[in-house]
Amino acid sequence: MAFGQRVVFRDLSCRFPRGRVSVILGGSGSGKSTLLRLIGGLVRPQAGSIVVDGDEITTLSERQMYAVRRKLGMMFQDGALLDSLTVFENLAFPLREHTAMSEREIAAAVHESLAAVGLSNVDDLLPNQLSGGMVKRVSLARAIIMKPVILLCDEPFSGLDPLSVKLVEGLLVHVNRQLQATMIIVSHHIASTMRIADHVVLLLPDGAVEGSPAELRRTTDPRVAGFLDEDGVAAEARA
Amino acid sequence: MRQFVDELFKLGVLSLVIICVCGLAVGMVLSLQGYNTLVRFGAEQSLGAVVGLSLIRELGPVLTALLATGRAGSATTAEIGTMVATEQLDALRMMSVDPIDLVATPRALAMTAVMPLLSALFIVCGLFGGYLVGVGLMGVDAGSYMSSLEAAVDFHDDVLGSLLKALIFGVLVGLIATYRGHTTAPTSAGVGAATTSTVVVASVSILIFDYFITALWGV
Repeated sequence: MAFGQRVVFRDLSCRFPRGRVSVILGGSGSGKSTLLRLIGGLVRPQAGSIVVDGDEITTLSERQMYAVRRKLGMMFQDGALLDSLTVFENLAFPLREHTAMSEREIAAAVHESLAAVGLSNVDDLLPNQLSGGMVKRVSLARAIIMKPVILLCDEPFSGLDPLSVKLVEGLLVHVNRQLQATMIIVSHHIASTMRIADHVVLLLPDGAVEGSPAELRRTTDPRVAGFLDEDGVAAEARA
Repeated sequence: MRQFVDELFKLGVLSLVIICVCGLAVGMVLSLQGYNTLVRFGAEQSLGAVVGLSLIRELGPVLTALLATGRAGSATTAEIGTMVATEQLDALRMMSVDPIDLVATPRALAMTAVMPLLSALFIVCGLFGGYLVGVGLMGVDAGSYMSSLEAAVDFHDDVLGSLLKALIFGVLVGLIATYRGHTTAPTSAGVGAATTSTVVVASVSILIFDYFITALWGV
């Protein structure tokens, strides 16, 4: 995968277990968000294969991708809420586009989704009236409203205070258990990763290393230990 | 449909004031300049024809398109470009909604629909401005002004041709503004550059197309 002359990955191979919380870790510029966008079909690789819930997506047209994306939900780093619509309208939007639900059913689904992320009385607020944490939660609520099979989350903890990080962590785990969705989270927040991940993919300059958090903690691979040591996690685990 | 109506309001209704004021001012100055020239040949009674033909055949559609480019075209590019920079278009794609259908098409269609209407309004305001200066200030006979205007302007060749020109300019501005918005680099500088590019490319295109439409179709 390359943007112009800049190669982001070469020979990358990884899998994300169904129904589990997977976290993609890596340094800045390692291609974490690009990997997420590849899974969502927002960017196309120059070569290789990407299989999403049984569908090989690299050969699909944009129109064909829309059918695959019905199974996906995505929480963007900065929310990507439609800024001319209220919170309610943002959440109702995919339901109005893709379902034949009545306005009453839509309202119920919107409020259920908002309640799942711990929000109420925010229907009429515009995105620019929300705090950073609220934007993330509304974005998560929008991502889960169509009950996706796979939920992609781009840096859900960035820019949040420690309390909000814990809150969003809890929400993601709750959503994973409730929907049984495969969750793929991009993060550079190692402590959160160790708390919530079932599976970790660590992107390194010469490839990816996969495993459970416990396996990564115990690893003797100096590249992994070096990355985790930056937060003192591996050192703490070995001690 | 709702997006189309919203865009009609934003691109059309919100441009009414600028179109009326500019139309009035252009008609007034055209009348003033026209009178000063015509009076030398004793032809000031033809002022209505000069003002009318200038506005209907050229200045109305061209200036309206340039004004719409500056006000609505640039706003369209900036709006879509900001959606690109803030990943809103990617969010639409992830919700299986085609951003071309939802964002670009209603804006381009609305621009195409409002341009002839704005151009017609510009012309009417211009004719009124010309009448004010010619008749009210310079003392041209009101009947002569109106009869020369009526005699000189042909509905099919001039009025419909003018509306056709405005329609083509609307298509041009709509396509350029939405295309540049969609191809914006996702940064604040990128949005600024795309907006500038829309104004420059659309303005030059309008003037070039104006020549070819006039030369080929005699409009």
